[in-house]
Amino acid sequence: MSDIIDVLTGIESGSSLDAIRRTREQARQNAQRSFEVLFEPAEPGTFSLAERYAVSAYTVALQASASPAAAFYTELLEDEVSPELAAAVAELAERDRRAGPYGEYQETGLAAESVPGPTVSYAQRPNVVSERLAAALEHAHLLSLHPRDAEASHLRRLEEAGWNADDIVTLSQLISFLAFQIRVVDGLLALKGAA
Amino acid sequence: MSDIQYPESNRPEGFTQQGLGWQPWLAPVAEAELTEEQRGALIGQFRLKSPYFRLLVRNPEALEARTLTDQDIFYNVTSGLPRAEREIAASAASRINGCVYCASVHTDRATKESGREEDVQKLLDDGVEADLGQPWSAIAQASAALTETPSAFDAGQIDALREAGLDDADIVDVINGAAFFNWANRLMLSLGEPSQPR
Repeated sequence: MSDIIDVLTGIESGSSLDAIRRTREQARQNAQRSFEVLFEPAEPGTFSLAERYAVSAYTVALQASASPAAAFYTELLEDEVSPELAAAVAELAERDRRAGPYGEYQETGLAAESVPGPTVSYAQRPNVVSERLAAALEHAHLLSLHPRDAEASHLRRLEEAGWNADDIVTLSQLISFLAFQIRVVDGLLALKGAA
Repeated sequence: MSDIQYPESNRPEGFTQQGLGWQPWLAPVAEAELTEEQRGALIGQFRLKSPYFRLLVRNPEALEARTLTDQDIFYNVTSGLPRAEREIAASAASRINGCVYCASVHTDRATKESGREEDVQKLLDDGVEADLGQPWSAIAQASAALTETPSAFDAGQIDALREAGLDDADIVDVINGAAFFNWANRLMLSLGEPSQPR
């Protein structure tokens, strides 16, 4: 059976890349399971599906706007939530996209390698984006493009916007899993194209 | 709200192959309070003792799927790239993202698997452009290219990896290894910080 990575890369059942992927069957199945538990949970709890899809569309648009994954996650948000929220999130991603990873090292010996850059604030935002979602998008920007700027205060900011510890862990997993998934897709597409 | 007490920061000075600690910024689940589901999702004693994994176990299903993905990418040696080379991919991604903790763990493993401590140290001291010999340089540079945003991983990297002797199955291990560390680095960097053993 095809998984999402097959769909996004166009790897066909029975092809040589399919055969290679299947030599890592446990990884293949658990990359798919990761998607399912993060995006199709049986009980989303206080981290709504709408928030999950909005954060994912924004994250993928920031990191890999040219990837088939960007269209996939934007359509998920449009179809399952609303075109208005999809448009708002796409506009923020478009405006705040930049090359990464940048950021300042907090290890003193690495100061010379620091590449300072912006931390976004969505205090001013479209009406369709709640304060709670805005905090999650700010966190997605940090993790996507400049994770080495992360500090404990960023988690306090999420807590102030209504995120509990369990949901902060799930939010972090969701953003970080996408960083993995889009790179697998990018890598496999390059390999497929060079065959 | 979490009521975690933060120990004082005690970050290392820079990249190192020496063992580091890691201090969470959000409360892990106490060992005594783990549910059966959480214990199962931690998969083994090592993770049960780790504050990082007991923090991630707040979402047990996501942690379990993450760990099983990790294990197969790095430890399934029935085919594909040797262990040391997979650790080089992990280390290069960590070097680019700036995850000092992840880099310490995986450069140490690369050294233990290969016995090439000096070459591994070059990757930490001089970065992914350092001359590590082949196929390590090609693997480190391809892993770095895949880590960048937007992706710089293209036909040029595939050619370089093939010239360094990798076949397509080996290249998929590089892709998976570097991509996985873009997942791991972000969690490690954003949920806590590395600490120098006192």
